[in-house]
Amino acid sequence: MAAVLRNPLLRALFGTPLNALLTLLMLGAFSLALPPLVRWMLTDAVWEAANRNACAAAGSGACWAFIRARFALFFYGLYPAPERWRADLGLLILVVVGAGALFARRHRGWWLGALMTVVPVAGGILLAGGVLGLKPVPTPQWGGLLLNVVISFVALAGALPLGIALAFGRRSAYPVIRWISVAMIEFWRGVPLLTVLFMGLVLLPLFLPNGVTVDNLVRALIVMTLFNSAYLAETIRGGLQGIPKGQAEAATALGMHPAQVQLLVVLPQALRLSIPGIVNIAVDLFKDTSLVSIVGLFDLMGVVNQSMKDPAWLGLAAEGYTFAAIVFFFACLVISLGGSLLERRFGVGRRR
Amino acid sequence: MNARTRAWAWQGAAVLAVAALAWWFSRNLSANLAARGMEIDFGFLASRAGFDIPFRLVDWDGSYSYGWALYVSGLNTLFASALIIVLASLLGLLLALMRLSGNPLAAGTSRTTVEVVRNTPQLVQIVFFYIAVLQVLPPMRQSITWFGTIFLNVRGLYVPAPSGTLYNWILGATCALVVLAAIFWRRLGWQQVPRLVVLPPLLVAGAIAACLTAAWDIPSLKGFNFTGGTRVPPELLALVLGIGIYTSVFIAENIRAAIEGIHHGQAEAARSLGLSSNQSMFLVVLPQALRILIPPLTSQYLNVIKSTTLGAAIAYPEVLQIFARTVLNQSGRAVEVMTLVLGVFLAVNLLTSAAMNAWNRHLALQGR
Repeated sequence: MAAVLRNPLLRALFGTPLNALLTLLMLGAFSLALPPLVRWMLTDAVWEAANRNACAAAGSGACWAFIRARFALFFYGLYPAPERWRADLGLLILVVVGAGALFARRHRGWWLGALMTVVPVAGGILLAGGVLGLKPVPTPQWGGLLLNVVISFVALAGALPLGIALAFGRRSAYPVIRWISVAMIEFWRGVPLLTVLFMGLVLLPLFLPNGVTVDNLVRALIVMTLFNSAYLAETIRGGLQGIPKGQAEAATALGMHPAQVQLLVVLPQALRLSIPGIVNIAVDLFKDTSLVSIVGLFDLMGVVNQSMKDPAWLGLAAEGYTFAAIVFFFACLVISLGGSLLERRFGVGRRR
Repeated sequence: MNARTRAWAWQGAAVLAVAALAWWFSRNLSANLAARGMEIDFGFLASRAGFDIPFRLVDWDGSYSYGWALYVSGLNTLFASALIIVLASLLGLLLALMRLSGNPLAAGTSRTTVEVVRNTPQLVQIVFFYIAVLQVLPPMRQSITWFGTIFLNVRGLYVPAPSGTLYNWILGATCALVVLAAIFWRRLGWQQVPRLVVLPPLLVAGAIAACLTAAWDIPSLKGFNFTGGTRVPPELLALVLGIGIYTSVFIAENIRAAIEGIHHGQAEAARSLGLSSNQSMFLVVLPQALRILIPPLTSQYLNVIKSTTLGAAIAYPEVLQIFARTVLNQSGRAVEVMTLVLGVFLAVNLLTSAAMNAWNRHLALQGR
């Protein structure tokens, strides 16, 4: 016994009676839960079948044939098949420019500028069409994961400047501007996202001039942008508070204009401090895009909900939602990884 | 332009901009309402609702008013939030202890769980539990049964219901005692004994004593339905499981960060002063960790209350589902309904955060 416990791993697992009990309990739980799960997901799963009945006949596990049959729908929604290259191209531009902003050693400002201007404009033209000989694709046909990406990108790109403005507003020496910012931030942080999505759905048309109709997607985009700007404002305010006063005083002593002091000296350092918080908000935002399925948009979640009502694949809920969960998981993983790269590059703390 | 003029100019411009926006919105609103022949009037709250609320904690039938529907659905929201908060806190504590246990198997399991759960949308988890787990359960007659008293089937979870005067009294007295003791602990001069060691077991002991004296109404299958006991509808179960598990991983990370945030010198100093390892944990480390824990825990609890609106995706009768869907569709009073719903959530959130801030200040002061 003593000889066995000289091994550090075994000692960590069985060193004390409590630890040994914990290890045995965990092993017992795994041996109960894992084999059926693996059987369902992999060994007994059916990868090729024409419909649900064929699936059930071929094996007792998950019917992944359903996911394969619906794959394009999950990623593009009802976006017309001959035009899907436009969505791919838009995504490629986003990935290339995004990677440029993350990895480029020079001209980083230009890459970031392109991310905030070229990507939305080019992406908007490519997806919506109607110009340059591109066939117009109305937004109700946008769907699937494409919609989740569009919403999270637009909401983040829109919320960032607004959040910065609100963060400065909350720190303003002018009480009126401070009150307006506080009211704005506390309102959006105090209400649930789903409630304000409903508000965008039913109230926004009432607040606009009679006859003006706003696209359903645009309503969701406006709400998501305003909602996230409040959370970003608080994160950035935290960053602003972390910058020592001496920085602003030194910049002022050098003769810089107050606006220059804040925008060129304080803000860049504050943003660097708030990178982890901003990445967390981006991950939450991406997950929250699934809520638009409740207000009638067909994002990945909405398409999965809809696909299960297809008579050929009726009721394959476990497969559909497991697939959605896996896709969201990996997408969030990509955002987190991008975030930690960003942090390593610009962030403080790890660098000496 | 001197500083005073500049201050006036900027603030005046801000007020003008907000006022112009508000004026534009209200002008559009009144024009739109006039075009529909409506005006803003909360009087509809007194009129007869006429719909059913499938799950409720207080009296309800179609003859009650819309205003009472707000109360019923508000209680449903708070009830679900309370259950979720209890589940998420216990599960979060368990995950944090596993992570900190030093046992690589337990720590790895905890870590994997946290990563998987927190990177998946809670809506997916709730709907997964509702449609893929609870709706494929066997029908009434083939219920999954535990000990012949708890039944799980496609209609929900049937549990025994406790009742009795003595049961109510013991439960109420224990809760009141624990709350009062927690508040007046220091004034009673008991600061040598940690609250955390005494009060939770006291609460559990009170609950057990109450349960022992209770008369239990046990569900049983009579014909095609269960009689007796309490039915927990699948919507509530899915909501509690989905949000509870989702929130627990964030709470686990908060607890871990709080405990790891206490410098290990604190525990070492306590040990070198002759405190036992338990004393050092309960009297030195945990009270300080609790102080770090409270602000993030507050925001998790507030998130829970906000997240219960996701019940609208699975038709759990909470405020958003009942008001922004059913009442709005029936009455068509969009402005009034949305004002009420937003107002309820704003009020609950601001009140809770004020209460938690007060508690936080109380704890923060103790150390000085």
